[in-house]
Amino acid sequence: MATEELPSEFDVVILGTGLAESVAAAAFSRVGQKVLHLDRRSYYAANWASFSFNALLTWVQQQQEEPQPHEIQDWSSLLEEGEELIYLSQSDSASIRNVQVFCFASEEDEEEAPDTTEEEDSADPQGEAEEEASHKEGEEPEPPLPLPPPAQSQSESAQTLPPPAQSQSEPEPAQTLPPPAQSQSEPPQTLPPPAQSQSEPEPAQTLPPPAQSQSEPPQTLPPPAQSQSEPEPPQTLPPPAQSQSEPSKKKISYAHLVREGRRFNIDLVSKLMFSRGSLVDLLIKSNVSRYAEFKNVTRILTYRQGRVEQVPCSRSDVFASRQLSVVEKRKLMRFLTSCAEETEEQRAYNGRPYLEFLSDQKLGDNLQHFLLHSIAMVTEATPTEQGLAATRHFLRCLGRYGNTPFLFPVYGLGEIPQCFCRMCAVFGGIYCLRHSVSCLLLDTHSNRCKAVIDSRGQRISCSHVVLEEGFVGAERKRSSTPPRFLSRAVLITDGSILPTDSEQQVSLVTVPPAAGGPAVKMVELSPSTMTCSAGTYLVHLTCPSVGSAHQDLSPLVTSMFRTPESPDHDGPSVLWCLFFNMADGSGVEAEGHDLPENVHLSSGPDAELGHEHAVRQAESIFQKILPEEEFCPPAPNPEDIIYDGDTDGDTGDTYGDTDGDTGDAVNTGDAVNTGDAVNTGDAVNTGDAVNTGDAVNTGDAVNTGDAVNTGDAVNTGDAVNTGDAVNTGDAVNTGDAVNTGDAVNTGDAVNTDGDKTSPGEEEEERRAVSEE
Amino acid sequence: MHGRVKVKSTAQQEEEKRKEREKKLKIYVAARDACFTKRKEGIFDDEALQISQQLLSSNPDFATLWNYRREILMYLETVKEEDEVQKIYVAELSFLESCLKVNPKSYGSWHHRWWVSTRLPKPDWARELNLCDRCLSLDDRNFHCWDYRRMVVKMSGVPVDQELAFTDRLIGSNFSNYSSWHYRSTLLPLLHPESPEPTSPCHKPPQSSTPPSPQILSHRVCEEQLLKEYELVQNAFFTDPNDQSAWFYYRWLLGRAEREEMISCVYVCRDEERVAVAFSGPVNAQACGLLLVLDGLPQRVEWRSVHPRFKHSPVWICDFPPGTISDIPNEHNLTVHWTEKPTHRDCALYTGRSESWCRDSATDQELFRSELSVEKTSVLQSELQSCNQLQELEPLNKWCLLTIILLMRALDPLGYEKETLAHFQTLKEVDSMRSAYYSDLCSKFMIENTILKMEYAEVRVFSISDKNLTTLCHLDQLLLVTHINLSSNQLQRLPPQFAMLQCLEVLEADDNSIENLEGVYHLPKLEEVILKNNKISSLSDLQPLASCPKLKRLDLRGNPVTQTADVESKLAELLPSVTDLLL
Repeated sequence: MATEELPSEFDVVILGTGLAESVAAAAFSRVGQKVLHLDRRSYYAANWASFSFNALLTWVQQQQEEPQPHEIQDWSSLLEEGEELIYLSQSDSASIRNVQVFCFASEEDEEEAPDTTEEEDSADPQGEAEEEASHKEGEEPEPPLPLPPPAQSQSESAQTLPPPAQSQSEPEPAQTLPPPAQSQSEPPQTLPPPAQSQSEPEPAQTLPPPAQSQSEPPQTLPPPAQSQSEPEPPQTLPPPAQSQSEPSKKKISYAHLVREGRRFNIDLVSKLMFSRGSLVDLLIKSNVSRYAEFKNVTRILTYRQGRVEQVPCSRSDVFASRQLSVVEKRKLMRFLTSCAEETEEQRAYNGRPYLEFLSDQKLGDNLQHFLLHSIAMVTEATPTEQGLAATRHFLRCLGRYGNTPFLFPVYGLGEIPQCFCRMCAVFGGIYCLRHSVSCLLLDTHSNRCKAVIDSRGQRISCSHVVLEEGFVGAERKRSSTPPRFLSRAVLITDGSILPTDSEQQVSLVTVPPAAGGPAVKMVELSPSTMTCSAGTYLVHLTCPSVGSAHQDLSPLVTSMFRTPESPDHDGPSVLWCLFFNMADGSGVEAEGHDLPENVHLSSGPDAELGHEHAVRQAESIFQKILPEEEFCPPAPNPEDIIYDGDTDGDTGDTYGDTDGDTGDAVNTGDAVNTGDAVNTGDAVNTGDAVNTGDAVNTGDAVNTGDAVNTGDAVNTGDAVNTGDAVNTGDAVNTGDAVNTGDAVNTGDAVNTDGDKTSPGEEEEERRAVSEE
Repeated sequence: MHGRVKVKSTAQQEEEKRKEREKKLKIYVAARDACFTKRKEGIFDDEALQISQQLLSSNPDFATLWNYRREILMYLETVKEEDEVQKIYVAELSFLESCLKVNPKSYGSWHHRWWVSTRLPKPDWARELNLCDRCLSLDDRNFHCWDYRRMVVKMSGVPVDQELAFTDRLIGSNFSNYSSWHYRSTLLPLLHPESPEPTSPCHKPPQSSTPPSPQILSHRVCEEQLLKEYELVQNAFFTDPNDQSAWFYYRWLLGRAEREEMISCVYVCRDEERVAVAFSGPVNAQACGLLLVLDGLPQRVEWRSVHPRFKHSPVWICDFPPGTISDIPNEHNLTVHWTEKPTHRDCALYTGRSESWCRDSATDQELFRSELSVEKTSVLQSELQSCNQLQELEPLNKWCLLTIILLMRALDPLGYEKETLAHFQTLKEVDSMRSAYYSDLCSKFMIENTILKMEYAEVRVFSISDKNLTTLCHLDQLLLVTHINLSSNQLQRLPPQFAMLQCLEVLEADDNSIENLEGVYHLPKLEEVILKNNKISSLSDLQPLASCPKLKRLDLRGNPVTQTADVESKLAELLPSVTDLLL
């Protein structure tokens, strides 16, 4: 297969497309560094990604698969004098654990009687015993539980288990080198293009159908209460009448979720953007914000004594609150006003718990709870100065965009890293997904990494490398603490946890620690955020891990929602849920790893609600490498860019003004290439020209090594030119970026296919979908 | 560094912008001239509409062009079918919408929209209302929009309860909005009018047949709704006690009972053969149809106010022709008719009496509770409690203090006098910029209290010494006072209103800062004036005293005027009636 090579020289090679890496990539590219940005995954944003429902099911399956042993190729033949190889880890199995999926929705649309033939696998006595016990606690074990569809399929498996036999056509992970042609094709995780054969994954493919009799996984940590609701073998058929007696509104079936799967954008991490946090500031400063849309979080809720209450935090909330007395209103407002400034009185509490400070303010239980858990969002032991700082931060963010301090990106958090990737591509960065680096080439004299060898064996020299920490083997990492994890749960529910007139609420729910457990942050997203289908809500729960995600979070889910274990709950029903643990990125040290000094480590998502950690990390890596340069300066106004061919879009006449290296490109010859040379300017000029220029590019790319560069440069022009022209021009870009893998073969096809991996285009399509 | 995008320098940008501006200006000026020419020639065609549209969309405040457009549209109305006219006007409305986007506070655009809306053959008021709501959601204090919205509501007959819900919404999103509160105050009386109270027996028979006029219905709201409003507004001022809008609304809720217009006192004096009439408010007696009937016979008399400065005054006097009532053995019956209102008051001058009067006293009328309404005491009491609660939390909040004072006065002016004074003291400290205002207000309340005390004691002596008075008011209530003691206050003048003390015989005003005696004017009975330690500096300041025929004793010790050369002889010349002069 014709494999197009990448350019052999870059300033910075970045592995992983998570937020920190993507921000760094954009920052480098913006100041003129040549950036190669790779991800071995087939989707952008690493553990920050957002998936459609169907893509998430695929992701789940991948996580549950046994990691394929990578055959380590020996690249020592590429070594030169005085060089050494550092092999990188090729699987990222370590960051996600304990993936468990439960489906409580009926399999088919409701008119079909629930198929209740299948049984809980009786081969697992332990699990069953557990279940029985749990049922006895709750209610009568004997009568069949009046669950919506009791027998409906819960698939469950731990990572350690081989997945239930499936015929998933997902060969890529097994291959060390995916064929380049495929690397351009639509990754299954993102929206499957209509043309693709497996566009609508059968439920059977992703979730083993109930008939397949889930093997209760012999987990090391058996889930405390299995959700399978069919404990009694003799009762094979729960009276259907019972399950149908309740429904007042139309129940949403699993089939419906799958059918509507494209409407979902389910984030792996759950965070919010503080409206004066570093991420928002960065988005504004760098003009990256134009690539995304945002919604206000509309309210802050708290879960207290078994009830969900609204936390009044803005002036109008306080005014409208019905649960506060007027005196409480005054006290709260006064406290919020007074803590804006540091006072002598506050300093006296430095080092003592914030709780103590609060209780000395004589605010009363209500207000104290709100201030500690929902506004400062700290624990009872947090020192006063930290608690106050958190409170102030909250207050500063309030009112910038709305009545809460938070924003949420429409289409999910996975948009944000992609926006930065796009910025990087606009300024010439090259993107390859499903493309990795096998090893670093160490210059033994200087102890610097002088080049990398990519997963196809190409040697690419570079001045700096930024690595997502998953690429580095544990033996080279220095971590003072044992790795920490986050517990995550994702629920699809059929209603809001605190319904109001408006169905467009986006809520943050703070759940204070219960019985020594960690505090849980919960975000409920409505369809207005374009992350879930109409009639459903998407609920994210996050907390620092104590046990498995299921252990940590399922009791809370049971107490807040209607599940098979809490069938009488009058809250919203959980239709489907996913539990998993994710590595907590805040545990990774910035320095001191056994790595060359020009190799920089970045980490995945941390447990905090905001994005400060990742942004700080990107900025510090950037400043270490380029201490003199500005971090993400504003992108210039398209009107102010000087085009070399300012007269018209003709690419012919641009030799004179180009600087040195583009001059080279020009030299390679024909008019086509000129297009490249012009790239920064000219392509910009004529958005249309890109189309043709693009077709040219592929051919072009074959010609010279630089050609890729050039093709890429076309990007630059293009996107700059039309920040708004997200449409076709963009598709070209990313097609391009992907091209680098292999531009020749699919020339035009790449354009359409390629945009699926493009940050911008994907957004475009989804928007189109949403407008249907 | 290679690979960077090259950006134009600021100088280049400036230059380009300048050129751009010049170009635009040329186009603009040319279009404007074309428009003017067309208007002059009386051309009302589509082209003119187009050109003016272009101009107005970049500058919507060009009033002449709006006028021209109206001329064109009015012309088109005469030549086109109604359907077409409708289309033109609808297009005009959407054009106006774009103008409002350029400048949401453009007088021209809003006025033109109003004009178009009222001429539109088939107006779409829902759309207009929607536009207003959008506009107000962007700027909830855009008064142009509020005005326009009022018109739309009126024209389209939006139900009052919907409008009240609208103010609920606006207040909910931001209660610092006078417009919303004020709008509420106009809606509530319509939606929840006060149940008609049995009117006081003495006046006008209840006119059950005709509905009460809006003025009389005015601003009162039924008690049930009032309680809800109290709760709402309390939420606002507890949330942000420094926001004035809620406090003002609260003041409105607490209400200001309007005094009925009436003749409050008729005084007749045999010696001077004079009648003094006091009204509940300032009137112009010469123009209001006042009729004096003596013993059944209408009299031709000339009414004059107590001081030439007043065209409107609460006190008017007239003289009988000499000999009309000077016959001591005879009884006379007087009636003063206020033909306009109509109301009247009788007064009998009995045999052997030298004077007589007929009046309602301040205590009968609960005059000085009128700052606040006549709400049931319990409601006010609980309001006072919650304000006190707030005051404990915010001891220095001026709005809260002031409201407490007002509530206290409404409830029991004399009982709360001490607390009121203490609160005034705090107010002057926390809001020193307005300390003079608070002093005046406090003076007013002290005078009211003293009047009440005097009325209870049924005497004609008014003594208010050492109360830090800075101003005098309610002097019409002192028409019958014969002896006034104002000593040891901070008065700077005796204002013209002072001339309403028609019965005054002794004036004590030691230890003030009086420098002006303008109000001691034509006081027929005044005999003694004590002005020790004031700031009267020249003889001309004493000039008004010359109009008091009976003045005998004058104490000017401790005034700068005593230092004037020849002061004694000059005073003798100025005030020949004074026999006892202390300098």
